[in-house]
Amino acid sequence: MLDGALLAGQVFNGFSVASLFVLAALGLALSFGLMRVINMAHGEMLMLGGYLAYLTYLIVPGPLAILVAMPVAFLGAALLGGILEITVIRKLSARPLDTLLATWGVSLILQQGARSIFGPIGVGVTAPDWLNTGFTLAGVYFPSTRIFILAVAVIVLVALGLLIARTRLGLLVRAVNQDRMMAAASGINVRRVDLAVFCLGTGIAGLAGVVLSLLGPVTPSVGQSYIIPAFLVVVMGGLGSMVGTTIAAIILGLVSALSQIFVDVSMSQVLMLLAVILFLQFRPQGVIATRSRALED
Amino acid sequence: MNTSSISAIALAMAFGFTTAAQAEDSVNVGVLQSLSGTMAISEVTVKNAEVMAIDEINAAGGVMGHQIKAVVEDGASDPAIFAQKATKLIQNDDVATVFGGWTSASRKAMLPVFEREKALLWYPVQFEGNECSSNIMYSGAQPNQQLLPAYDWAKAEGYKSFFLLGSDYVFPRTANLIAKKHIAKDGLKLAGEEYVPLGGTDFSAVISKIRAAKPDVIFNTLNGDSNVSFFKQMAAAGMTPEKMPVMSFSIAEQEAKAMGPSLVEGSYATWNYFQSLDTPANQKFVADYQSKFGANAAITDPMVHGYLDVYAWKAAVEKAGSFDPDAVRKAAVGLDFDTPLGEAHFAANQSLVQTAYVGQLDKDGQFQILWTSDAPIEPNPYDPVAFPGKTCNPVTN
Repeated sequence: MLDGALLAGQVFNGFSVASLFVLAALGLALSFGLMRVINMAHGEMLMLGGYLAYLTYLIVPGPLAILVAMPVAFLGAALLGGILEITVIRKLSARPLDTLLATWGVSLILQQGARSIFGPIGVGVTAPDWLNTGFTLAGVYFPSTRIFILAVAVIVLVALGLLIARTRLGLLVRAVNQDRMMAAASGINVRRVDLAVFCLGTGIAGLAGVVLSLLGPVTPSVGQSYIIPAFLVVVMGGLGSMVGTTIAAIILGLVSALSQIFVDVSMSQVLMLLAVILFLQFRPQGVIATRSRALED
Repeated sequence: MNTSSISAIALAMAFGFTTAAQAEDSVNVGVLQSLSGTMAISEVTVKNAEVMAIDEINAAGGVMGHQIKAVVEDGASDPAIFAQKATKLIQNDDVATVFGGWTSASRKAMLPVFEREKALLWYPVQFEGNECSSNIMYSGAQPNQQLLPAYDWAKAEGYKSFFLLGSDYVFPRTANLIAKKHIAKDGLKLAGEEYVPLGGTDFSAVISKIRAAKPDVIFNTLNGDSNVSFFKQMAAAGMTPEKMPVMSFSIAEQEAKAMGPSLVEGSYATWNYFQSLDTPANQKFVADYQSKFGANAAITDPMVHGYLDVYAWKAAVEKAGSFDPDAVRKAAVGLDFDTPLGEAHFAANQSLVQTAYVGQLDKDGQFQILWTSDAPIEPNPYDPVAFPGKTCNPVTN
């Protein structure tokens, strides 16, 4: 059973799964890292991205619709995220448990809303032909959809890295992340930074929704199937660290894909959870320990 | 059911009217399908067909002079909720019978409820057999009416190596157990066997294994919208149904339409009904349904079984002269009634005697019928190869 091509194929699949995990988890990591907010409605931002992709396909069909859908979904999800931040999360900023429950409620409302608007049956987005091909290299088949998703994940990571490291907004984010009180005291509009980061995070989830629509159906509950792995990745990555999130996503993607050489998908999910539990036994702070004053209070 | 009738019942109960007084003019029946969650893609239309049959019967004067009132509940793709809602229908709504269920997990969850309450469930979907309860009328195919005809067809096509892929619950596991016994008995090759959780979306590893195993045919018992992910990712991996034959057991016209027919064009399915079935009874049913739910509405095997269950119940109630579940199920056995499949009857084991068809999906999401079983097949819940020595005869036990 264990031949080289299968192994290489699974390593590629591992990175492919990891790329989905990263896209789904980055927004969670960002908002948790900065605001200590656990956004239970994050999965529904994915769902929104998927439905926006579907609508984009209806309005501008054609091979490049997917490229139009990405900015549309990013902006749409970011906008909804902004509304959520201003109307719910900001009001509950000092009460993490309340935000958790409130955003869970929002998640249910959004799912039911999608069910009412688009129906309980999922809608399909057909991948354009240029994404429905692939090539074989050394006995391993590389589907172009998967390569496209990997590329999107890498581009998002690089862009986000540059944004945090090189821009004025990134500087503000780092300042607020290190010490919210001091940042506020030195004149940074902390609330506005929160809003920007939250929108950015939900926007990335919207992007994730677009790429997910290439792999499966868009249903009102599509976000639910990715939110648990996304939380796992964030917890394992070391709450709020981007690098940690990426590494954790790759580890979990590889555990999931490689274990599936020997066991079936159900069992591999069990193994993945066990891997996270074991990892946290030995390294409770996660892959990258976040050193932040915010954690000390 | 609309909210006004819910509140009417609530009001009636609040004021302590007896249900016997109500039954003078109408009788409640339960319709319990998943209207939300991963199974909604398949079950919403079964609910439509069941309610349509009830409306037709009411328009024609009801059952023994009583109008039928459908109490529709959402099982939400969750077996535990199916059990809760079944209890609610029987205890609170005092239904005469219940039509519903799709996944075997939902049926298994409801079974103890129906046995405890001595009520009757009409189950419209093909399943894995290996079960025989006097409180369920099984109108969907038994394994020897769907799985095994498909297997025999595949053998006759010259397929020698089988890859079994299913959702991880009782139907696929048991169906594949039966398939494996037959594959072993016939000296053919089992290329692989994989299970994905219900609602699972990642098939990358499964597809790699299929690629490595190079089977002649895939037997697909995935349920719900996992199928969309599977076929999408197969297409992305360059394994379209023309290159890698797939025989599906839970994809009918509705699923094909929702998935986009181009995605599944050329794949096979085995059912006891296809929308393309060319009989006057079926053409009338298709026309009636489409005039109600739109000219493009797809019609599937489980919908027709849900629809014919309601008529079978009506015929049995009238024969028994009673709504009592025990009398109804006994009256139903051997009783001929008209269905879109033609005249049909239930065998002594409370399963429907029916013909099997193998079809291939065309570009419009309709099946071209490739093969038809010689005669209607007697249902057998216990395949003799997989479960030797087990039999069932619910009416006498």
